Amino acid sequence: MTDLAGNQQIIEITYLVASALFILSLKWMSTPATARRGVRAGEIGMVLAIGGTLLHHGIVDYKWIAIALVLGTGIGIPLGLVKMTAVPQRTALSHAFGAFCVTLVGTAEFYLRSPALPRFTMSVLSMEVILGSLTFTGSLMAAGKLQEVLPQRPLTYKGQNFVNLSLLGIAVALAVYLVLHPGAKQLFPAMLGIPLVFGVLMIVPIGGADMPTVISLLNSYAGLSAAAMGFVLDSKLLIVAGALDGSSGFILSVIMSKAMNRSFTNVLFGAFGQVQASASTAHEAKPVRSATAEEAAAILEAANKVVVVPGYGMAVAQAQHKVRELYDALTKRGVDVRFAIHPVAGRMPGHMNVLLAEADIPYDRLMDMEDINGEFPQTDVALVIGANDVTNPAARSEASSPIYGMPILDVDKAHTVMVIKRGMSPGFAGIDNPLYYLDKTLMLFGDAKSFVNNIVRELSGHGGAG
Amino acid sequence: MSTTLINGLFVFMLAAFIGFEVIRRISPLLHTPLMSLTNALDAIAVVGAILLVGRHESRLSFILGTLAVIAATSNVVGGFLITDRMLKMFKSSRPTKP
Repeated sequence: MTDLAGNQQIIEITYLVASALFILSLKWMSTPATARRGVRAGEIGMVLAIGGTLLHHGIVDYKWIAIALVLGTGIGIPLGLVKMTAVPQRTALSHAFGAFCVTLVGTAEFYLRSPALPRFTMSVLSMEVILGSLTFTGSLMAAGKLQEVLPQRPLTYKGQNFVNLSLLGIAVALAVYLVLHPGAKQLFPAMLGIPLVFGVLMIVPIGGADMPTVISLLNSYAGLSAAAMGFVLDSKLLIVAGALDGSSGFILSVIMSKAMNRSFTNVLFGAFGQVQASASTAHEAKPVRSATAEEAAAILEAANKVVVVPGYGMAVAQAQHKVRELYDALTKRGVDVRFAIHPVAGRMPGHMNVLLAEADIPYDRLMDMEDINGEFPQTDVALVIGANDVTNPAARSEASSPIYGMPILDVDKAHTVMVIKRGMSPGFAGIDNPLYYLDKTLMLFGDAKSFVNNIVRELSGHGGAG
Repeated sequence: MSTTLINGLFVFMLAAFIGFEVIRRISPLLHTPLMSLTNALDAIAVVGAILLVGRHESRLSFILGTLAVIAATSNVVGGFLITDRMLKMFKSSRPTKP
C-alpha cells in the first residue's frame, strides 16, 4: 500500500471522519428526539470535509474560493428561511442547485482531462453529466409547478413518451460513442444539452398529485449523480454521501408510489390527473347534505373521538393554526383528537407533518395511515380539511377509477363525516368523490381557515367552563 | 479493472446497503426534514468544486468551479438551516425527560 504524503494523510482522515458523521447524521434522524443531533453531526462532517479540502497542496488561490463560499452562503440563508408551505418548491430548487454543481464539475473535468480519460471514468462521467443535467432542468420545472408559476395539470400530446425516451436514448448513445472514441470532444455539448431538454419534457406531463413521487425521484437522482462524481474524482467521501442520499430518495419514491398505488413508469409516463370530463358532469345533479359552523361545532363537541384528515387544501388556505385552536378547544372538552396523515398528503413526503408541527400540534397526535385506519369505525367524527382523493372510497370499489387500488384513509367508516371544502370541484385525480353523497356526510362549504375559525368561535361561545 | 475502481464499487455497495437500512427506520413524520438534510449532504460535491477553483488549471474549469461552489454552498447553508428550523417545531404532548 502506497504511503500518503503528509497533508494528504490528514485530508483523507478528515474525509473518513466526515463519512462516518454523515452516516450517524442519517441514523439520528430516525426520531424527533435525536433528529437535531443528526443535523449537528451532518454540519460538523461538512465543515470537516470542506476544511480538509482547503488543506490540499494543489490549491494555488484561496481568494475566489472564499468569495464563492460567501456568495453561496448569501443565497443559502434566505432559501433556508422560507415559510413551511414553500418547503416543497424550495426542496425542488435545491435539487436543481445540487445537480447544477455536479454537472458543472463533470463538464469541467471532461474538458480538463479528455481524451486521456480511462473508459470506465468516462462512462461514469457521462452518467454524472446526463443524470445531473436532466435533474437540473427537471427540478427547476418541478419547483415551477409547485410554486404554481407553471401549470399544474399535466400537458400531454400524442407520441410524447416516444419523443422523451428517444431523446434520452440519443444522449445515452452519444455517451457510448464518446467512451469508445475519446477524440470526439465536439459531441460533448450535445450529450450535455439533450438531457437538459429531456428534463423539462419529462416533468411537463406530470400533475400536482404526483409531485411527492417525482420530488423523491429527483432527490435520488441528485444523490446518484453525486456518487458518479465520486467515481470520477476517486473520492470515497462523495461515493458514500451520494449512495446514502440516492438510497434515501429511492426509498421515499417507493413509499410514495406505493401510497398512490402506481409504478414509477406510470408516474413518469402516465399523465395522471387530467380532468375526466365525462365523470364530473354526470354527478352535478346529486344532492349533498351541508351544515353550518354552529351545527358542526355542536356535533364535534358531543363527540368522544375525532380524527382530523388534513390535506393540501388546508395548507393552501393557511389554516393550520386555526386547526390547532380547534384541537385545543376540543381537547379541553375531553375529546380525543388525532390527525390521520396519508403518505401523499401535501406536495412532498411528510409535508403535512411539518405544517402541523409548525402550528404546535404535538407530533404524537399525528398518525400514519396504517396506524389510524383501523380506528375509523370507532371514530365519532372524521373531519376532512382540504383533502379529497385520499378519502375517496372509489379507490376500493370502482375498478374503472383512475385511483383504483390506491390505499386510502377509511374515512367513510366513521360514524359521521364532515368535509370542509370550497366547492364541489374535483381533486387532483380529476374525479368525483362518492364520500360526499353519503347520508352520514355533511359538507361544510367555505374557506378552510375561516370555517374552522367559525367553529372555534362557536365552541368558545357555548363554553361554560371551557 | 483497476483497484481504485473495485474499491469504489465496494464502498458504493456498502454505503447503499447502510443507507437502505438507516433510512427505512426513519419515521414518516420526518420525511420532509430528511429530504432537506440529504440535500445538504449531497452538497458535499462542493469539495470537488473547490479543488477546481483552487487549482485553477484552466479558465473554463475555474469559472465552472466557482459557479459550482456557489450553488453547492447555498445548499449546505440553506439545507442545514431549514432542516433545523423544521425539527425545532416537533413537540410531543407527553412531557419529555429533562
